[in-house]
Amino acid sequence: MSDQTGPPPPAATVPPPDLGAALSLRGLWKRFGQKIAVAGVDLDVPTGSFFGLVGPNGAGKTTSLSMATGLLRPDFGTVHVHGTDLWARPEEAKATLGVLPDGVRLFDRLTGAQLLTYAGLLRGLDRDTVAGRTEDLLRAMDLVGDRDTYVVDYSAGMTKKIGLASAMIHAPGVLVLDEPFEAVDPVSAANIRDILHGYVRDGGTVVVSSHVMDLVQRMCSHVAIIAGGHVLAAGTVAQVRGEQSLEDRFVDLVGGRRESEGLAWLRSSSASS
Amino acid sequence: MVAQLVRLKLTLLANTFRRSVWQTVGLVLGSLYGLGVLVLVVAAAVAGGTADPVVTGHVVTVVGALVVLAWWVVPVFAFGVDATLDPRRFVTFAIPRRTLLAGLALAGLVSIPAAVTTLGALGVSLAWWRHPVALVAGVLGGLLATALCVVGSRATTTALAPLLDSRRSREVLTIVAVLPLVLIGPAVGWLANGVEVTVGGSPDGLDAALAPLVQVVGWTPLGAPWGLASAAGEGAWGLFLARLAISVAALALAWWVWDRSLARELVTPRGGGEAAAAKGLGWFGRLPATPTGAVAARAATYWLRDPRYAASIAMVPLLPLVLLAVGLTNGAGGGLLLVMAPLAAWLLGFGISNDVGYDNTAFALHVATGTPGRVDRWGRVLPVLVGGLPLSLAFALVGCAVAGRWDALPALLGLTLGVLGASLGISSAVSARLVYPVPRPGESPFKSPQGATMATMLAQMAAMAITLAVSVPTLALAVPAILLPMATLGWVALGVGVVTGAVVLLLGVRWGARTYDRRLPELLQQVMAFG
Repeated sequence: MSDQTGPPPPAATVPPPDLGAALSLRGLWKRFGQKIAVAGVDLDVPTGSFFGLVGPNGAGKTTSLSMATGLLRPDFGTVHVHGTDLWARPEEAKATLGVLPDGVRLFDRLTGAQLLTYAGLLRGLDRDTVAGRTEDLLRAMDLVGDRDTYVVDYSAGMTKKIGLASAMIHAPGVLVLDEPFEAVDPVSAANIRDILHGYVRDGGTVVVSSHVMDLVQRMCSHVAIIAGGHVLAAGTVAQVRGEQSLEDRFVDLVGGRRESEGLAWLRSSSASS
Repeated sequence: MVAQLVRLKLTLLANTFRRSVWQTVGLVLGSLYGLGVLVLVVAAAVAGGTADPVVTGHVVTVVGALVVLAWWVVPVFAFGVDATLDPRRFVTFAIPRRTLLAGLALAGLVSIPAAVTTLGALGVSLAWWRHPVALVAGVLGGLLATALCVVGSRATTTALAPLLDSRRSREVLTIVAVLPLVLIGPAVGWLANGVEVTVGGSPDGLDAALAPLVQVVGWTPLGAPWGLASAAGEGAWGLFLARLAISVAALALAWWVWDRSLARELVTPRGGGEAAAAKGLGWFGRLPATPTGAVAARAATYWLRDPRYAASIAMVPLLPLVLLAVGLTNGAGGGLLLVMAPLAAWLLGFGISNDVGYDNTAFALHVATGTPGRVDRWGRVLPVLVGGLPLSLAFALVGCAVAGRWDALPALLGLTLGVLGASLGISSAVSARLVYPVPRPGESPFKSPQGATMATMLAQMAAMAITLAVSVPTLALAVPAILLPMATLGWVALGVGVVTGAVVLLLGVRWGARTYDRRLPELLQQVMAFG
């Protein structure tokens, strides 16, 4: 990419944010040094939708979600959460967001129960509410037996689940989950999907990022395909995939399939050197 | 493979120049400082060697032994060893351990302290420029000494690292750490005697003090390589061979220890040991159920649970022991214990000066929940304040009692409270602005992260300098009040100390909270960059 220092495309081409949407991103733009990670992302997540964000590695999914949840300040662009401008009034907007970031630590010298309590109290809930919800979440995540184990001793899947639970403890209007099913065993994943479906049924909004197309196609009502820092397609799953499977549509849009003839030496028969 | 490891280390060193301006500045300053020390040392050695090779030989042996000792011991207790080339990162490459070890040892020479030590050790041998044979022996000794420094420091840190995995051995290690600290006392006393003897200015006096020490040190692995040149210069070949044998044997032993420890470390997954469990909610159940109370409960839990914090707590009860040992051996007596209270107050306050760095990316929870700066800052300060206040007051009382100086109590209390407030306030402000890499949660406190040393030292020096600056009014009143002594001045110092401590604490927390609110996402990105 060329050494582009100027602002993103003029504001006239960016439609105004959808204030009724659960999450409305407009003209999001972020560069790290010479690399432009996100180049003008516009996205509306309708209230009550189960929204999947898919894209190849390095597409800008995590960067976009970080900017949408207040973890990373965008160079340009706006984020509205249920009509509240996140970067202008962060405390108000963050109160309605539940976030599971990818690739960050937890306060892992706390036990599972302590971590949930910490998250609940930080959200300003009172002691009894926190205690009740901690029990419910531990049960839902199948972590009751590990409540007094330090999170540092949890497995990768258990860590994911306790992180998910601490994102949900304040009953947020919008849940933004970056790779929530990574390293989670199939049974727990199914339980978590049930919890998320129930949450959407009751009017909540869920945004998940993933690169497992099949999962997104079965689970989500809406989907956006993102690659190279741009949104390539967005809408309901039926609209985006059309006649194809989501995976085929994704490969068509993103490209990059290649025959694997280049790695002929990888065949075990020729493994001599 | 060995050359590749050295090249990798050089590339990593070069890349730190590119990473940030401050690291470049730090590295340049460090190099200049090292170069200055080097020139001074070599010049002194050459001048001394020309005038009196025997005495110079003794001085070189003692100072050299101290350098080797510092290489072995300091990384264990203070800065940690440079973990740029963490051997665990090479586990999957199937490098023969012998090759890996040789590569790591040579790559260990690529750093400012190692370069200064090498050049210094070689430069010092120029003291024997008049005796070619002794000069060659000196070069050989310098090389051996440098190898002992590098390999020895790796051996001690690698061998001791697994001890930190369990809490009990950590406590044992802390007690072991007291021994060298307590030995500092007699050493200081002895040095003071030596200086008194040399006040007359005669080198014979200095040598009279050094000679018995050299008799001992020259036979230890610490001093043996440094004594090679003088032994060769005096033609004492038996002594020369004995010292050479000691040096080589010590190097082989250190190599063997390092080899065995590394072999064990490479097949032991990090963070092993049994899963620990706690009962109930701990501090979260006892402190108020507010966001500030929650942050305080989390901080209190970490002060006790996280070895990185626990290590700094462990220092506090050791203070009286160390000060008492120093005071008794150098004749200052119990009076030195008066320093204990302000020193403990400063240590405690300084403990939170990089709190966000200690959180590492777990700090994302505070960012995602939109925890305000006021809540975050007070939550981190309160446990230290509530725990540290009675502790430092008790230290002040004990100090006055042992020193028999109840008249100094008001001034001492003023100084202690002033320092506690100042260091907490400044730490709260600085930690929202300067974040530097520290060992990650769960990592050995013996490791210092890549390229961190200079950034760490600059940030810490900034915090210390500001704390000192705001404590000047209290110090200016309390010190004369205690030393003269002047009772009325002591009461003034008490008032000024309490007021400045409270004011600095309030302003520091407020400024820190405002900075935190403004830079919240940037703070998170800073710790994310540590990886």
